[in-house]
Order: sequence, then C-alpha cells, then structure tokens
Amino acid sequence: MLEKALTGSKKYWALLFFLGGIIGVGFLCYLKQLSYGLGITGMSRDVSWGLYIAQFTFLVGVAASAVMVVLPYYLHHYKIFGRITILGEFLAVASVTMCLTFIIADLGRPDRAFNVLLYPTPSSILFWDMVVLNGYLLVNIVIGWTVLAAERADVPPPKWVKPLIYLSIPWAVSIHTVTAFIYAGLPGRGFWLTAIMAPRFLASAFASGPALLILLGLIVKKFSKFDPGKEAFQTLAKIVTYAMLISIFFILMELFTAFYSKIPEHMLNFQYLFVGLHGHTKLVPWMWSFVILAVGATFLLINPNTRKNEKTLALACVAVFISLWIEKGLGLVVTGFIPSPLEEITEYTPTAPEVLITLGIWAIGFSILTVLYKIAVSIKEEAGS
Amino acid sequence: MDNSKRTFLKVAGISLLGIGSKPLQKALAGNEEPKILPSPEALTGKRWAMVVDMKKCKEDCHDCIKACHQVHNVPDLGNPKDEVKWIWKEPYEKAFPGDENKYSQEYIDQTLKGSQFILLCNHCDNPPCVRVCPTKATFKREDGIVMMDYHRCIGCRFCMAGCPYGSRSLNWRDPRPFIKETNKEFPTRTRGVVEKCNFCSERLVKGLIPACVEACKEKVLVFGDLEDPNSEVRGLLKSHFTIRRKPQLGTMPQIYYIA
Repeated sequence: MLEKALTGSKKYWALLFFLGGIIGVGFLCYLKQLSYGLGITGMSRDVSWGLYIAQFTFLVGVAASAVMVVLPYYLHHYKIFGRITILGEFLAVASVTMCLTFIIADLGRPDRAFNVLLYPTPSSILFWDMVVLNGYLLVNIVIGWTVLAAERADVPPPKWVKPLIYLSIPWAVSIHTVTAFIYAGLPGRGFWLTAIMAPRFLASAFASGPALLILLGLIVKKFSKFDPGKEAFQTLAKIVTYAMLISIFFILMELFTAFYSKIPEHMLNFQYLFVGLHGHTKLVPWMWSFVILAVGATFLLINPNTRKNEKTLALACVAVFISLWIEKGLGLVVTGFIPSPLEEITEYTPTAPEVLITLGIWAIGFSILTVLYKIAVSIKEEAGS
Repeated sequence: MDNSKRTFLKVAGISLLGIGSKPLQKALAGNEEPKILPSPEALTGKRWAMVVDMKKCKEDCHDCIKACHQVHNVPDLGNPKDEVKWIWKEPYEKAFPGDENKYSQEYIDQTLKGSQFILLCNHCDNPPCVRVCPTKATFKREDGIVMMDYHRCIGCRFCMAGCPYGSRSLNWRDPRPFIKETNKEFPTRTRGVVEKCNFCSERLVKGLIPACVEACKEKVLVFGDLEDPNSEVRGLLKSHFTIRRKPQLGTMPQIYYIA
C-alpha cells in the first residue's frame, strides 16, 4: 500500500517538501543542541522541564483520543464512524511518534536512551510510559494497516485483529493515565499533586484530539473525493462539546481546592498562572487567552446552530485545540516548577533553537500524518468509485 | 516467494528470541562475580546522617562549600540558569518555606547571627528521586547514601522534578571548562547528566570524613552513623531539638538542623 504515498498531486508534494524543510531546520538545531548541551534551551536548574516535555504531554492526549472513534465503532457498532476510524488511528500513530521524538529531544544523554531497556525499573513511571507508548504505537500501526489492507482487497478484516482492537481501547486510556502519573505522584510539587490529574488529562484529550480530527477530516474532504460524512463530524462535535465542558469543570475544581484551602503549595502556582507572582507574569496573557478561547469555543459548541454549521464548528475546533494546547502544552508542565521547592521564582522562555526543534518534531508528525492519510484516502477513493 | 518470506520470518523470529535470552543466560550461566573487599580503614555505618548546628555557623564563611566543590570538581558556570551545586546556603524562608513568620528573622539575626542555612542532598530514607529514576542511575546504598551513577544517567531529569529540596543539578553544558582546578582523584562529568552531593562516599572508603565536615572550623557540620547509639550525631539529637526540611512529605530526610 505504501506505493500510494509515492504518487500524488503537486499540492501533496509541495506540502511534504514544506514540512521537510521545517524538519531540516529543526534537525540542524538539534545537532547544535547535541554539541552544546541542553543549556541551549530556556530550561534551567529551577525549571528543568520545558517545551519538549509539555508537547509530549499534550500529544499523548491527542494520541489517546483515537479511542473516541474506535470505541463507538467497534464496541457499539456505530457505523457512522466507519469511514473516519482509520483517520483517528493514523492520527494516533503520528502523535505517538511525535511523543517519543520529543522525549528523545529532551534527554541530556540521548545516546544512552536504551538504558531504559537495559536496566528496566518498574518503580519509575517513565519506564511504564515507555512501555505503554511503544505498545500503543505498534497496536495502532498494525490495526490501521491491516484493516485498510482488507478494505482494499474488499474482504473483511482478519479475525485476529478484533482482540487487538479491543485491547487498544483500554490501552489508549492507559497511555494518558500513566503520563498523568509522571506528574501526580511527586511529593514536592503541589501543583501536580492532584488525584484528578489523570481524569483531567483524559477529558482535555478527548476534547483536543477529536477537535483536531474534525479539522483534519474537513481538510481531507476539501482536498479529496473522500468524505467522512456529515453525521460523523456532528457526533465528533458532540464528543468535543462534552469533553470540553468536563475539562473546564475539572479546572474549576482544581481552582476551588487551591484557593479555598489556601495552602500555599497548591495556590501559588495557580496565582502565577492567572495573575502572576511577585511581578512575574509571563504566562498570564497566555492563560487568559486560554480562558477566552475555551469559553468562546464552548459557546459555539453548545449552541446547536453554530455546532451544525461546519464553518463555525471548524472555528470552535481551532479554538478548542489552541486553548487546550496553551493549558497543557504550555502552562501545566512549566508551572509545576514555579515557584521552585525553595519558593524561588524562575521564569521560563524557550529559546529560538528550542522552538525550531519543537516545530521540526511537529513537522515530522505532520509528514507522517500526510503520508498515512494519503494512503488511506487513496484507498477509500478507490473503494468509493 | 511466499516460502522464502516464511523462512525469513522464522529466522528473524528465532534471532529475536536469541537477543531476548541474553539476560537469562547471564543470570543462569554467570559465574560468581569477584567480590570487592572493603578497605580495612574504610568508615562504615548503617545509616549515615548529618547534624547541622546553625548556632555555630558564621555568616560570611563558605569553607564547607569551597571544600566540597573543589574536591568534587563542581563547575562554576557563573549564572543561576546553568548552575551546578552540591552544597550551598539559603535564608531560612527558602530552606524552610512556609515555616517562617513575621518575627522569625529577629531570632535568626540574634541567635543565629544572621547565618543562612546550609543545604545539601538530604540522603532521604525514602528518596523520591530513586523511585522515579527510569534506569536506576540514582540509587540508595545500604548505609543510606543516595548515589548517582554518572555513566548510566540518561539526563531525563525526572529526579530533579521528584526532589522536593532542589538538591539536584543537570550539566546543561560541558562542565569541564568551568572547573578552576581539576581534582584528578574524582571524576569530572559530561554534559547532560545529573549530579548532587554523595556524602563523600569516595572519602569514606579511604577512612576520611566528608570534605565539608572536615573544612568547617566551627564544627557546624557533624557526620555520623545514626544506628550507632554512641555516635556524635545520636548524642546531638538526644541533647538538642532538631528540625528537618519538609518532613511532612514522608521522604525522611537525614539532615538534621539545630536552630
């Protein structure tokens, strides 16, 4: 089926070359990071995780969200998702690949990455995250590829793939739960020390992932003969709506506990996020953008008229995706370190090479997505004609 | 075609199994490893700990810090972003955040003569850094010392997020050009690995007390075995009321402060 990726329109190749260019720039910056060290980034002794780990955390959510199409389709035989499921699975493949690349980019000694396998340490959540992420990647590649190949041959998918599909459902939940445990089990970081971290992660994942899937589906529909179907978009939109509402609800829960208890270890970080701490306000404009975008998107999603209109729905999805990226891909990780355990405030700003490496990894993900979607869409077009 | 594909897969599968059996082979067929005997003059203890008597500490003295950083090749990068430190001083409200009150500074100015608290790795009995490390590059020894293996660390910095005391530093860049005088007896580090205080394990095996303790003329720092009822540290804990940093977190820090 790979040959489908080798033929395409000028636009397809232009997109791949464009992404390739961004990857190239990112790779050059990464070489620089390899020779200089992680000091090339904006991270510091106090804020020791930054953009890379934040992107990883956000993208685990996008990957996990594939379950939102797989579960209704395979467990509830919700036929309307029949056409879009493959897009969800391939989005998961691209996202997990980005996750793993971001982890490698974040390592001080990437040449020793395999020490995680050579000295397996079950007490470390990072070890388990490595296990579940790689497993999820494999499961989704196998499922997506097999089902698509069967569709191409016009035969039902082989029987052995069914148990794998069922396995992929709890597995999707596990990747984001384990990722939340990286944060939620650390004694000295009050901002992360919250039992609803995993539920919060899942809720925001089930909003941001399907929102991206709607946008990608609309793009596919516009540029190819393949249409996932109006109803599929509408069901996904309802999923995004509920997940977004639950996400906002969870964040309000966190704010209540922090500000009503007034325990400094839980409160100071939220203060830093929304109003700033001792004049340090770098994230404040971002967080209020998050609030405005999240509330705006919610209104557009709740109102049936704007939800049913694909133009306003697309707008809402963009707002959902950007707002949750700010919340998780920017605020959540960095703010855990501000203030530090010694209540020192060190702010964090990513450097230019760090941003370019980050963009490069996003471009890797989008190239994988482009190629996989090209294959899927070509086969769907063939099957459709 | 199909046949050769099948044969290939068979061979590949068996080869994969072979790779997987390596640790098994090691465990079953390995001979008894040669044992390393501890040197007779080595200091041995069951639970190393330190008592810091802040009433004796002098405000402008940095002897302990200088001694430690010199003997351990700790670089001086000259900026807080890239900073590497094993032992350092902080005011009370930073060492014990949340415990300060409006009047505590008066006590510190009078009784402690304005001294800042000496901070280092707490060598916790229940260390979160060890729990979170994905490669066992940081581990707790039987005598309680929390150690770093600079050759195994992958630089993921999970331990830095896990440590509630800010005791760990990453080498954000090559530290070697920033070491004033290299001590050939102790390794220097590469960029990308985490480091911290090791309670001078390399000196203990030679029968020497930690460098910071030796360097302190005022006898502020006392090092010893808490399991030994006759040790100086046990005596100090018996005769003085001491505090520890963030004991409520359950990490069981082993640096005790008399203040």
